[in-house]
Amino acid sequence: MIKLNNIIATYTTVRGQVNAVDGVDLEVPTGTILGIAGESGCGKSTLLKVIYGDLTYPLSMTTGNVEYGIQDDLGKEITSESIRSYWFKRISYIPQSSMSSLNPVIRIRKQFLDFLDPSLDKRQVLEEVRTYVQQLDLPSEALDAFPHQLSGGMRQRIMVAMATFFQPAIILADEPTTALDVVVQKGILLLLMDLQEKMQNTIFFVSHDMGVHYQISHSMLIMYAAKAVEYGDSSDVFERPLHPYTKLLTESLPTIGDEHVRQGVAGRPPSLWEDLRGCRFAARCPLATDFCRSNEPEMVEYRPRHFAACHYAETNL
Amino acid sequence: MGLIQYIAARVGVYLFVLFIGITVTFFLPRLMPSDPIENYIAQLQNQAGQSMDPEDVAELRASLSELYGLEGSLFSQYVGFLKRVFLTFDFGPSFSSFPRPVTEFILVALPWTLGLLIMTTLIAWTLGNSIGLLAGFFHNKRTATMLEVVGVVLYPIPYYILALVFILVLAYVFPIFPISTTIRPGPLNFEKVKMILYNSALPALTLVTAGFGWNILSMKSLSFSTKQEAFVNFARLKGVPPRTIMTSYVFRNALLPQVTALALSMGTIFNGALLTEILFSYPGLGLLMRSAVGSGDYNMLYGTITMTIIAVATATLIIDLIYPFLDPRIRYR
Amino acid sequence: MNTNVRLESAPSVAVVPANPSYRSRLRLNLRLRMGLTILAIFAIGSFTLPFFTDVNPSEQGAYMKNLPISIKHLLGTNSQGQDIFWFLVFAIRNSLILGVAVSLCVTTIATLVGLSAGYIGGWFERVVMLITDSFITIPVFPILIVLGALVRGRTSFWVVGLLLVIFGWAWGARTIRSMALSIREREFINMARFSGASTFDIILKEIFPYVYAYIVVGFINTILFAINTEAALAVIGLSKVETPTLGSIIFWALNYNAMFIGQYTWIVAPVVATVLLFLGLFLTSTGYNELYAARRGHS
Repeated sequence: MIKLNNIIATYTTVRGQVNAVDGVDLEVPTGTILGIAGESGCGKSTLLKVIYGDLTYPLSMTTGNVEYGIQDDLGKEITSESIRSYWFKRISYIPQSSMSSLNPVIRIRKQFLDFLDPSLDKRQVLEEVRTYVQQLDLPSEALDAFPHQLSGGMRQRIMVAMATFFQPAIILADEPTTALDVVVQKGILLLLMDLQEKMQNTIFFVSHDMGVHYQISHSMLIMYAAKAVEYGDSSDVFERPLHPYTKLLTESLPTIGDEHVRQGVAGRPPSLWEDLRGCRFAARCPLATDFCRSNEPEMVEYRPRHFAACHYAETNL
Repeated sequence: MGLIQYIAARVGVYLFVLFIGITVTFFLPRLMPSDPIENYIAQLQNQAGQSMDPEDVAELRASLSELYGLEGSLFSQYVGFLKRVFLTFDFGPSFSSFPRPVTEFILVALPWTLGLLIMTTLIAWTLGNSIGLLAGFFHNKRTATMLEVVGVVLYPIPYYILALVFILVLAYVFPIFPISTTIRPGPLNFEKVKMILYNSALPALTLVTAGFGWNILSMKSLSFSTKQEAFVNFARLKGVPPRTIMTSYVFRNALLPQVTALALSMGTIFNGALLTEILFSYPGLGLLMRSAVGSGDYNMLYGTITMTIIAVATATLIIDLIYPFLDPRIRYR
Repeated sequence: MNTNVRLESAPSVAVVPANPSYRSRLRLNLRLRMGLTILAIFAIGSFTLPFFTDVNPSEQGAYMKNLPISIKHLLGTNSQGQDIFWFLVFAIRNSLILGVAVSLCVTTIATLVGLSAGYIGGWFERVVMLITDSFITIPVFPILIVLGALVRGRTSFWVVGLLLVIFGWAWGARTIRSMALSIREREFINMARFSGASTFDIILKEIFPYVYAYIVVGFINTILFAINTEAALAVIGLSKVETPTLGSIIFWALNYNAMFIGQYTWIVAPVVATVLLFLGLFLTSTGYNELYAARRGHS
């Protein structure tokens, strides 16, 4: 079980401080794919950074902590402070722009080797890598190439290969398919699902594309304006959403055969710089009342393992 | 474009530049309102202290005209000039050291200029880029800002000021180095080498100081902006050690525009070198040029100018050809 | 292009404050303020002071030779019987005039060439860039030396200026063209193009506002280049050395071996003045660059 305990992550800027993640508190069962969805700026990328332990200025975790549920070689629990030395070994990260995440002047194979423990034999590791990438549908020659010689899809597979080679327990993927065309996207999604099944790791998959989540995520976390608004199994969240925001998100997905006009979600999330009171979704919510505008809703378990932060969630039960 | 096309393009530009440069050298003086032969004859007459027999003057003028290829139409002169320069590398005889060919002097002076230039450019480049890289990579530290200030202060100071300052301080107030270069002829032994180093110290110091300020500033700027790139961030997230990030990721990429900039600034570097040579009486092309001006030795002048243009263009070409070895995107399609 | 100054590829590349904090925003302006202050002193001083005197600084033997610093002669006099202070003031003025005049011409040409090459592209661009690169590679100094030799003594100030323009526009054109290239592909340009705006209109109204910061920076740098090159020429005696310029003072001082006869003011004053002036120009240039980069968000 991976636990996110009341995490508040703050950015310090010239204008002041802003909480990009404002109190996320949940338990994630290991061996599943958790999809994190929401509009741009809702805090999902920041949440990933916090989980990864990438807390460099101006980002800091003001309160809360992460319990990874993994132990180091001596049996001690790994914490947010110590997670850094396990980067790409027990936990890894697939960034957003695979296009530009590889060093253009160095061969791919070197980029597999430059983050290794100095105690490992590079030649041997390279051999293993060659075998491994073939499992991911990549030719072994791809390793000898330079990034610009590979297609976008191949590069993304390389990124996935790098992230999964040491079989980490936790993988954080930040919009890994966003810049790819649909066919390539499918390939990557299938690859990730396949690897997850084999290695039984936990994947935190961030995307604003609900269609992608529908295909890959076992459970869903919906975020809005730095807050978690719904959390539960994918089937629950998609078919019987509790929060009005989630409803609007899922209803915007097209279905074959269903011809009714899709609704977008009008309006924009509130600026995090403002003084925020009450439910942050109130301005755009069809169910909002004055009570909503003055009282912030808590995450409540309305159904087994299905949480929502809405005063009127019961109306959707 | 592929590697072959790249090389072909660079060589093409090289030849074009040579062509333009030499054409300019040819035409520009001929468009000036002064006739070198008249000047020369006037000088001779001054030196002789009396006017010469008009017949002798006419004969002299005719033979000089022929000698300098000033016979015939402008076009035939031009063709003749091109032929002489490209095929036989012949710039004619020197006026003031008649009849020794200009080429002889140039071949003696050239190694001095090249030696000084290559040494100082390498030092300025290495020093400046290393400092700039560190300053940009560790931009939050105080030392970085201080180094930047060093660059900011040194960079705008012109070559001749630096030369003067060094002369003032290191040759006059504290007479450590000589004010001007005197290198006695002799075999290349240890003594000679010492003498060369001793005399070259101030010109070299001037060139290095003038050059490395720019390198610091531009490298710092490049190194800083490269550090913001996505792949550098990803390397950090992979757990790549900072030293590797600095060298393999930041430096290797920041180097590329730096090399391009170096190629483009060859002309400037040569300008500075020539000026410095003149100020220090260093026995290179610069001094040759200056004394040619003083003695009205026009063949020598054209010869040295052409040589300079060829040198700059060639240096630029060499650097251009090195570039693909640093950037695999040019080397492989 | 410049005898010594090659700024285009240096701080005009993403210049960012050392530490993203409020303090650094003030620090950005510090450079600009310092630079402008220095320039203002020089400009105002050299242009207004001459009105307060009827001295002809070039006139030799106007005063006793080699007088020390005094109230009457603020920097003493030199071996030619000229007042050093006034010579310097006129020198600064002449250098500034030359610098600004050359820079105006060069900047105009460079902008026209660079923008049109960058935007129009194709054949036109390739030919133009070929010519530009040739002019960049050809070292201007030797050519100036030749010409200095040929018209020695008869070179007027403005001929030197003309030559500087002929050989100086290339660097700026190249920089502006790369800017224009990167702007060309951006969305709003395509929109303007598709909505039927003429090429000239697009260049002026859409592209120009982006590149104008670089133009300003280039303008200041060219002033540096022009003054510098003219001075370099004068120092080795190949410009019209009777006219007071920063270079010609140094030339005469060297000629008369000012150092050896203890006439330190004669040689030190112009050196200090030149360094300060150049520092002022450089600080203004980079200060402005930083300011603009910060406003645009380091784009």
